Amino acid sequence: MAGLVPAILFTRGKKMRGSRPRMMKLSMTSSLRSKLVTALLLAPAGLFFVFLLLVPLAVVLLFSFGERAPAGGYVPAFTLQNYMDLPARGKAFFNTLTLAPLGTLLTALFAFPMAYFLAVRTSPKWRIALLILVMAPFWTSQLLRYYAWMIILGNKGLPSWLAMVGLTDVRIINTPWAVLIGAVYGYLPLMVPPIYVSLEKLDKRLLEASADLGATPTRTFLQVTLPLALPGVATGSMLVFILLMGDYILPQFLGGGKVFFIGNALVDLFLQSRNWPFGAAVSVALVAIMFVTIYFYMRFVLSKSDTRRAALV
Amino acid sequence: MNHSPSVIEFRKVTKRFGDVVAVADNDLAVKAGEFLSILGPSGCGKTTSLRMMAGFEQPSSGEVFIRGENVTGVPAYRRPVNMVFQHYALFPHLSVADNVSYGLRQRNPKPARAEIDRAVDEALAMVRLEGYGKRRSYELSGGQQQRVALARALINRPAVLLLDEPLAALDRKLRRDMQIELQNLQRDVGITFLLVTHDQEEALSMSDRVCVMREGRIVQTGSPRELYDQPVNRYVADFVGKTNFFSGPTGAEVLSIRPEQIEIAANVNALPEGLMARLPVKVLNRIFLGEHTEYVVASDKLGEFMVMAPRKSEREAGVYDIGDMIAAGWRAEAERILPNT
Repeated sequence: MAGLVPAILFTRGKKMRGSRPRMMKLSMTSSLRSKLVTALLLAPAGLFFVFLLLVPLAVVLLFSFGERAPAGGYVPAFTLQNYMDLPARGKAFFNTLTLAPLGTLLTALFAFPMAYFLAVRTSPKWRIALLILVMAPFWTSQLLRYYAWMIILGNKGLPSWLAMVGLTDVRIINTPWAVLIGAVYGYLPLMVPPIYVSLEKLDKRLLEASADLGATPTRTFLQVTLPLALPGVATGSMLVFILLMGDYILPQFLGGGKVFFIGNALVDLFLQSRNWPFGAAVSVALVAIMFVTIYFYMRFVLSKSDTRRAALV
Repeated sequence: MNHSPSVIEFRKVTKRFGDVVAVADNDLAVKAGEFLSILGPSGCGKTTSLRMMAGFEQPSSGEVFIRGENVTGVPAYRRPVNMVFQHYALFPHLSVADNVSYGLRQRNPKPARAEIDRAVDEALAMVRLEGYGKRRSYELSGGQQQRVALARALINRPAVLLLDEPLAALDRKLRRDMQIELQNLQRDVGITFLLVTHDQEEALSMSDRVCVMREGRIVQTGSPRELYDQPVNRYVADFVGKTNFFSGPTGAEVLSIRPEQIEIAANVNALPEGLMARLPVKVLNRIFLGEHTEYVVASDKLGEFMVMAPRKSEREAGVYDIGDMIAAGWRAEAERILPNT
């Protein structure tokens, strides 16, 4: 126990190696100990990662090649039939792959002005309070909030108000529009902070330099503010896109079974029809699509913004 | 210097930030083609003045003219002036060439691609950065970034180039080199330079004229020589170069004598002819500065003061040690009686 503190103090002992033989022995045992400490600190996250992510993923992959037991569930087999059947859920894939990117885009379009207002136009003493307000929706249950939107967008809500000003026969609930409105509402608090951070650390003198060189405010925004805020937009979009791709509560509530996502298909397959192997194949397809999309998206964003190294300097 | 019209003019310009008056009722005329420095300590209003010329701030009252045109209220992007920022403010997401061409690309109509490329090459050559166009600004050293900022501003051929403490972030050696380079550049391009600095040596060595500011007001404007030889008051004499002050009988005036105007010798009789003051003094301190040796001496009547002895006189008369009793004196024309403000 007494040796623990010096062990930590001497973790830099490597550099002194060779100068004194006595130091060498000390630094070897201490580097071993520092490795042990590192391993212990990483253990919780590592174990979590292995047992709750990699192992389940392997199980899902294994199941996806199996067959459905007569009473539901899984029997070991090796067949690609589940993957051949994927087009049967084409509608869910189509909805997810159109509405998730569109929802992400809309959320970014709503979030950017908010983040800009907070980071650039708001005096520092109000910023924290307003940022907390952006987060405030998270204080209540997600179910409750979507339920509220169900009523607002339902036929006795917004459409009946619109009917009073002459816009009759407007249907919102159970349409893709309702899902998109819900996406913007639900994911805005996740999109605003990353954009806020990148705008907040943007050097305001760069905006002055741009104006000084003759750029109108609009051009300054397009040529300086936007490119430099791109990393924040990318982070926020990634976060929202991943969660939206896997969402099933939002389409359940606001799509009402008419507009359903892959998530809803999975709930159906695993819990209702108990076709686990097919559900597993749908899951694998979802993960694969996400992986490929994110990979190309990040490559695109990184090629567009070369501020990575600037941020490190 | 001919009577060329002013490129930038302040007429009774005042700038208030809340209760704080940053610039108070200033009149200033920058002549075409000159190198003018605004000199003063931090908070004297020099940077605010520069920002009002650039258009980042608008005066609370008074008017700003550029090339005879009233530009009060005109935003920065419509003013024919360019600025070199203190920390350069280069765009991190653009290459050096794109930084330099930024101003040209904002023009309406936009110049042809080939024309822009040629202008960028020229501008980079002017600041001795040929072949650096494809680099990123953060790959460059401080001195190189400084030169990119200069090229980015000068490519637009501004009516006036505004420089906000451009050398403050550079190390001492590089600063000296850049001082010379800036001066040469200004002569070559023939553009009016307006530099803001708190460094008196920088202002004196580079400028045709220096404008000394204090608490938002212009105290004196003149050539470096005028400021040094004929300061209007104690503040200017103190800020520009080194000097000794001896308080007068009333306290309203001070006597200023520059340390290099004071002669020293082994004794009173060894001092040259024609001096109006001859005093026995004691050497308190000695600092070797290369071309000069700075002595701090004390006389019974006047107290402590500073003397700069050039290397030449040392070779003839020798070096004095701390504690030596020697003599000091000066000519009548070395004395300046100044208002104690």
